Amino acid sequence: MDADLSESLRQAVAEATDSGTPLTIVGSGSKTFYGRPSSDSVVGTAGHAGVLRYEPTELVLTVRCGTRLSDIESVLAECGQMLPFEPPHLGENATLGGTLACGFSGPRRPFAGSARDCMLGCRILNGKGEMLSFGGEVMKNVAGFDISRLMVGAMGTLGVILEASLKVSPKPERELTVCFERSIEEALNTMNLWCSQPWPLSGLAYDGSRIYARLSGSDRAVDAVYRKFGGDVCAEGDEFWRDLREQRHEFFRADGNLWRISLAPATPALDLPGTWFYDWGGALRWLKTGAPSENVFRAAEAAGGHASLFRGRSGDGRVFQPLPNGLKALHASLKRAFDPMGLFNPARLYEDL
Amino acid sequence: MTYRVHPSERIAHRVDRNHFLCLLSEHIERGRLLFDTEDLRPYECDGLSAYRELPWIVALPETIEEVQAVVRLCREHGVPVVARGAGTGLSGGALPIANGVLLSLAKFNRIIEIDRANRTARVQPGVRNLAISEAAAPYGLYYAPDPSSQIACTIGGNVAENSGGVHCLKYGLTVHNVLQVRVVTMDGELVVLGGSGYDSPGYDLLALITGSEGLLGVIVEITVKLLPIPPCAQVLLASFDSVEEAGGAVAAIIGAGLLPAGLEMMDNITIRVVEDFVHAGYPTGAAAIVLCEFDGIAEQVESDLLKAREIFRAEGATEVRQSTSEAERKTFWAGRKAAFPAAGRISPDYYCMDGTIPRKRLPEVLRRISELSAQYGLVVGNVFHAGDGNLHPLILYDANNPGELERVEELGGKILEACVEVGGTITGEHGVGIEKINQMCVQFRAAELAQFHSVKAAFDPAGLLNPGKAIPTLHRCAEFGAMHVHRGQIAHPDLERF
Ligand SMILES: Cc1cc2nc3c(=O)[nH]c(=O)nc-3n(C[C@H](O)[C@H](O)[C@H](O)COP(=O)(O)OP(=O)(O)OC[C@H]3O[C@@H](n4cnc5c(N)ncnc54)[C@H](O)[C@@H]3O)c2cc1C
Ligand SMILES: Cc1cc2nc3c(=O)[nH]c(=O)nc-3n(C[C@H](O)[C@H](O)[C@H](O)COP(=O)(O)OP(=O)(O)OC[C@H]3O[C@@H](n4cnc5c(N)ncnc54)[C@H](O)[C@@H]3O)c2cc1C
Repeated sequence: MDADLSESLRQAVAEATDSGTPLTIVGSGSKTFYGRPSSDSVVGTAGHAGVLRYEPTELVLTVRCGTRLSDIESVLAECGQMLPFEPPHLGENATLGGTLACGFSGPRRPFAGSARDCMLGCRILNGKGEMLSFGGEVMKNVAGFDISRLMVGAMGTLGVILEASLKVSPKPERELTVCFERSIEEALNTMNLWCSQPWPLSGLAYDGSRIYARLSGSDRAVDAVYRKFGGDVCAEGDEFWRDLREQRHEFFRADGNLWRISLAPATPALDLPGTWFYDWGGALRWLKTGAPSENVFRAAEAAGGHASLFRGRSGDGRVFQPLPNGLKALHASLKRAFDPMGLFNPARLYEDL
Repeated sequence: MTYRVHPSERIAHRVDRNHFLCLLSEHIERGRLLFDTEDLRPYECDGLSAYRELPWIVALPETIEEVQAVVRLCREHGVPVVARGAGTGLSGGALPIANGVLLSLAKFNRIIEIDRANRTARVQPGVRNLAISEAAAPYGLYYAPDPSSQIACTIGGNVAENSGGVHCLKYGLTVHNVLQVRVVTMDGELVVLGGSGYDSPGYDLLALITGSEGLLGVIVEITVKLLPIPPCAQVLLASFDSVEEAGGAVAAIIGAGLLPAGLEMMDNITIRVVEDFVHAGYPTGAAAIVLCEFDGIAEQVESDLLKAREIFRAEGATEVRQSTSEAERKTFWAGRKAAFPAAGRISPDYYCMDGTIPRKRLPEVLRRISELSAQYGLVVGNVFHAGDGNLHPLILYDANNPGELERVEELGGKILEACVEVGGTITGEHGVGIEKINQMCVQFRAAELAQFHSVKAAFDPAGLLNPGKAIPTLHRCAEFGAMHVHRGQIAHPDLERF
């Protein structure tokens, strides 16, 4: 299934440039639900797949953007390695390009870094149809602006990611999940206290009645830590984190609006109606609510964080936290710097981008 | 001196200095505006002291409003501005512009808040790197990135350079440890990049500004992540008869799934120079030594050390020592940390390079360096952040010998080009500044450089912030390309030669 479609993707973009036709970039479409609806012609990247280089002893992997996450993870697992940011797949065929464009990271994120943290370099097509390379396959690189990390989370509005080089990490020898019954106030305090102590944590979530803590390390270390840390061993620990990551946990099995709220981890519980699920030790909060989007955006902002409507519909079509004017202007000028004709995923991220 | 401001990078203006000082003094008291040659002298260079230029005016603002006022006036009058932290940069990033304002952030030296519950520190940009860890220590927390210059360099400079330290293999670079910055853009607006949590809406401008070498905005406040201080740290010192074996051992450590907090290597020249200076007990007969530190909870450190010792033996280490006390751990590191001053002791001058390479290409790059060293008749020692492939060749020379600095620079350029050839980069952590601006033409093609320029223009349309640094103009590259052939092709054939 590996194929190099970069030339035909370049042609597709070049033709769009000539005719001024906007393009929707689609990996496999698993994350279509996320963001604002985009329009027009489609440029598919799913066929542009394959692992180009993988050096386990360099901790670096370079792949084409259409490579399925699941394929990447099996290649890494053969050498005892993983993507540190534990990306949600949200669909069997999820591609790396779509994952990076959305900037999604899973439960391990506060402890091992995010998708953008792992980004080392990329090849992209900009809105003029030029194929450009930034960053590289080395851990440290400060030559030129960090365009690679800028691509992460840009929802494909700045360019098509053709290839990406990522930092990978060793899989822990052992992981153990333990649970504690706690009220919400106790849970937020406890989770933040643990994070300020040197426990080898790699996951910390709260489902409304129980804290789930994942400990990682060598066999000996995990055993020793468990003796001091305590808690009830959760036999289905791996399944718990997978279901949380993939939103298959029962919390997510409901219709209605699902909000993602990101804020400082110790922020007290927000005063919004609905049901909550806490990940990232309190820094990522999922909320099921019928509250008007205006209220959610306002509450998130007042708490110093930001909200996005992950699934569902908002009355006014807004999905992402509105930007203050100064930032809005910078976004618009950056968009023009990469995509002067406004071809890529128009309005997918913000109405006017 | 091979660096010259290229005509295409010069910002011309005809503003009278006294008139501009008057305008500035409406916003900043006179005492914090410097213009006498004597007062300007301390600002004429950064850590790359071979290049010097007196600034037109130095401004020492104390508040964000004052920074905004300076920047607005500069924009209105087309005057270039260069931000400066502690001036420890090694690539000439803070080198003043002869007709520009040097904006020193030295007075922004307050730690605004340590937020214990959220494990963050909110600080002004002129706060020294080490001061953050010192302020956080009472809470059992610290700021992880630890450049060797950490007692002097500022956090603002660290963000602008995306600085690293010996612990960044495990704990990341500056970009991985900053949560939010406040930036004054060239139009005088104050914008907040990043969030109070782990991400923010829209584009990742925080990542973009990190490492942007003062070209996109003036950083006026920074919130960094703090980590719990590891309860236990121990280091191994392994000696090898060849750099190939040492390199192999480093790869084997990583391949085995170990994640050392620090993984450093030194070649024989450096070992001898350093041992002479600090008497750390380094084996002066070894072709290379590797320092490998683990930190965390005691049980984890013990199992990692055990594995690592076995690997070093299997990879041919002639000797493996383990620190038995905190004092001994510090001694093992003292040599590594003293590598630069030690070089300064045996040689009148030294020049520190900063390439990064895929680690497995190390032996071939070191071979190339020693060939070049022989060819140019200059001694080169090598220290290597082996864990992340960041090589610091130290070229020893004497600037008083006529023509020697030029030879050093040419050799340095050749070393960087060798790094690019094996798939590496011209700078891992010190930045491009003016020093490597010509090598940028080797690493990037015209369309990529043009993309950098349009990103720059999105923030600073008139190009007033730190002009002539970090991103070369295509005209500069055309000229440089006339002397250099890039991967068998003349670079920028589309541009006229001068
Ligand atoms: C019957 C059926 C049911 C399905 N049900 C579900 C389901 O319930 N949930 C679910 O999640 N998935 C579902 N899928 C989708 C499926 O699994 C997808 O094939 C898949 O996961 C891939 O999407 P993606 O991750 O590549 O991202 P996409 O959704 O294709 O893209 C996400 C974002 O990234 C951008 N982007 C993508 N690639 C790039 C790139 N290379 N460069 C720049 N920007 C890029 C896009 O423009 C978009 O903005 C279903 C599929 C089928 C056939
Ligand atoms: C002995 C020695 C050892 C070193 N070791 C290391 C090391 O281990 N790792 C490493 O990465 N570096 C190292 N360095 C390099 C240097 O210390 C770092 O680059 C440091 O981050 C520079 O900080 P500074 O405050 O001195 O910045 P300066 O040198 O003053 O400025 C550096 C750049 O940042 C810009 N800048 C500064 N402040 C701001 C601001 N507030 N807003 C916008 N732009 C700004 C300047 O314009 C300039 O381009 C070392 C230097 C020395 C002399």
